[in-house]
Amino acid sequence: MTTPENPAARPAPPVLRLDRIAKTFGGARALKGVSFEVAPGEVHGLLGKNGSGKSTLVKILAGFHAPDPGGVMEFNGEPVSLPLKPGDFRRLGMSFVHQNLGLVPSLTVLENLRLSDLTAIGRGVINWSAERRAAREALARFDVPLDPDRRIDRLSAVDRALLAIVRAFEEVRVAREATGRPGLVLLDEPTPFLPREGVEKLFTLVRGIAAHGSSVVFISHDIDEVMTITDRATVLRDGDVAGSLVTREATHEQMVEMIVGRKLARATPVRAAHAAHARPRVRLDGVASRTMRPTSLTVGEGEIVGLTGLIGSGYEELPYLAFGARAVTGGTLALDGGAAIALAELSPRRAIDLDLALLPGDRQGASGVDSLPIVDNMFLPDLGRFFTGGLLRNGRMKREARDLGAAFEVRPNDPLLKLSALSGGNAQKVLIARWMNRRPRLLLLDEPTQGVDVGTRQHIFAALRQATAGGMSVLCASSDAEQLADICDRVLIFARGAVCGELVGDQISKESIAEACYASLDRAAASSPVNGTPS
Amino acid sequence: MTDTPVTTASAAGSGANLTRLFERVALILVWLLLIGGFGAAMPTSFLNWGNFAILFASYAPAALLALAIIVPLTAGDYDLSVGATLTLSSCVIGVLNVWQGLPIGLAIALALLAGAAVGLVNAFFIIYVRIPSLVVTLGTTSLITGIVQWMTNSSTIGGIDNGLVMAVVGGRFLGVPYAFYYAIVAAILMSYVFDFTPLGRRLLFVGRGREVARLNGIAVDRVRLGALLTSGVLAAAAGVLYAGVLGSADPYSGLNFLLPAFAAAFLGATTILPGRFNPWGAIVAVYFLATGITGLTMLGIPLWVTNVFNGGALILAVTISQLTRGREASDIG
Repeated sequence: MTTPENPAARPAPPVLRLDRIAKTFGGARALKGVSFEVAPGEVHGLLGKNGSGKSTLVKILAGFHAPDPGGVMEFNGEPVSLPLKPGDFRRLGMSFVHQNLGLVPSLTVLENLRLSDLTAIGRGVINWSAERRAAREALARFDVPLDPDRRIDRLSAVDRALLAIVRAFEEVRVAREATGRPGLVLLDEPTPFLPREGVEKLFTLVRGIAAHGSSVVFISHDIDEVMTITDRATVLRDGDVAGSLVTREATHEQMVEMIVGRKLARATPVRAAHAAHARPRVRLDGVASRTMRPTSLTVGEGEIVGLTGLIGSGYEELPYLAFGARAVTGGTLALDGGAAIALAELSPRRAIDLDLALLPGDRQGASGVDSLPIVDNMFLPDLGRFFTGGLLRNGRMKREARDLGAAFEVRPNDPLLKLSALSGGNAQKVLIARWMNRRPRLLLLDEPTQGVDVGTRQHIFAALRQATAGGMSVLCASSDAEQLADICDRVLIFARGAVCGELVGDQISKESIAEACYASLDRAAASSPVNGTPS
Repeated sequence: MTDTPVTTASAAGSGANLTRLFERVALILVWLLLIGGFGAAMPTSFLNWGNFAILFASYAPAALLALAIIVPLTAGDYDLSVGATLTLSSCVIGVLNVWQGLPIGLAIALALLAGAAVGLVNAFFIIYVRIPSLVVTLGTTSLITGIVQWMTNSSTIGGIDNGLVMAVVGGRFLGVPYAFYYAIVAAILMSYVFDFTPLGRRLLFVGRGREVARLNGIAVDRVRLGALLTSGVLAAAAGVLYAGVLGSADPYSGLNFLLPAFAAAFLGATTILPGRFNPWGAIVAVYFLATGITGLTMLGIPLWVTNVFNGGALILAVTISQLTRGREASDIG
């Protein structure tokens, strides 16, 4: 590792020191008082499962959230007044690389690399040849051989990530030249969409940055990566620091235990479905796409099957593939023992005719139109049913919408209001009512309760249970282990675009799902390539 | 039609209801005020039925053009080429009927076919090549204008079959030439499709949320193609009407309808069914603008004022609608 031999012995203060940083949202304590330090030239891992408080912490440092009063932050030994304002981090010498990288696809490497600089300085005339020289130097410094005039959308995913990191480091370097103090680059889940060899390049770059005297905070769910690249690691759990480790001295198991909160049963039972629901309703065979390896699964009549995994594992794509809403490279769908239908020939229209239903995760962009009335949103796939005698029966639509709204407890229950007049939870009730009212054979859900209040959540669950009692089958993709534990008869765990584990009945709990997600990493790595059906 | 359109203002309190009602009729009230104003200034020459009869008939092509525009606008696409299509259609009639001696019925059919062809060309580049509609239809506008100049030798063609002229301005109902009623019939048909068919509702969803529409089983591309085809044919029909009103084919003046028609489409979206492009709103808006221009012209105000009036009305319409509806999403903008 490229860290100075003995970081603890150096008199220099930590680059970043946080003490008792807390954050409360409404009544919920997202962070309960987090303290940790990042030493100069150190690569520091920050681990934790979904909802552990990682992203809240990042947002506090970026100035998006104000922490609760009482916390202390020091940068290079000097106290920083909280809350930070957006952009303050730049002045201090911090820089972020978020998962979306923040590059403009239609501009060149050069323009992206110098963009923040140009906007910050705001001088009148751009000296392009000097800028190009500076860009080449910056890229050469870390041995990232990119053509400055190449457009971002022509770059590979790896090169984009590398560029974003070089840019972040350049920002830090500029601040360092001004202050003479070490800087800090925070990498927030930069790896999940990168191929293996890309991760190696990225690590080389991170080591290079540390060798230049700046520190790196490496946020990830991937324990192996954290083991490989970091000097120390801090684990967050439920808004608290669960522990700090010196990576060299820690084992994989220790880290997993710290993340999950209890000892990991290494032999997570993986077995074929022995669902109580005997009759198979849906059979998906060899479903594959650009990111999904051939995956097969069945859903029984009245069964709720959860799909989950870590970021980048690809589980969230399956509902769209099964609905014919995204391009597949192969796979078939068979319903109730009928003939197999090639997914490549399936369109949303045809899927609806087959009594499939899809509730997308992006409520405003893909599920409902905010600026149109509730009634129209509710009956969009059913318009034909209301068209009799050459007229669309607007009155009947309104009456039925009011009845359906009452059944799903939509408040306020006025079908003529625009969807935007409702809270997120109530809007979601309208959209789920749209599909449930059609009594589909299979309901496909993607994060059905994201941004939905607790009361609505319970209501949606109750409606799902009622419908499954009537024979409806459900495939529910979600990153929320608690939700899956609440509603699922069976949960499939995905890793690297394929099913790699399964939890059935009593095995399912919030904790066991989280465990299985982390355990999946080893298995996927060990037995790669994994075939679809769990054995 | 006993069913109320679902777009009726909701019962969120009588105060809000009154505001909504006022918003729906505001443009009509302003129109009446405008008529009152010009009437006070010119009691005899402006305020007589003959004047209005001519106004209603001579702006019928513009009204049809405004109707043509709102179809693709509702589906989320701009069609700037309707002005050029109007000109193309009337010149196809002139060339075929007068120069080539084709029967007027056949000439009209071919003119409408030309409009359909323009719609298909637009649709191909917009939907399949995925070029922004504004760019494509700006291009086809220039393209069509050039073709029209080539086929007419840039000259006005007089002497179009009297049958067409008679059908358009020869007869009168309530003193108003037939031309006006063609536009009204088109508006009735369109409001039927918009408010009382599944297609109208799908058109709306395609315009407001393409992905939502797609995932609800709507054939988005086909709906958009249909909308562009419709605007092409309707614009060509406006051209037929224009040829009938003039009794000749003019390769230049047709484009002058484009701005008032667009202004009317947007202004119309602030009235009757505020926040949506709607046929009756467009009709009211066309004649509101026509009244303003006619009144100003009769007062002896110079020609340039017409352009200022049309352009000003377009910007003002969008501004008013933004201010009154706040951040609420609508078809406009």
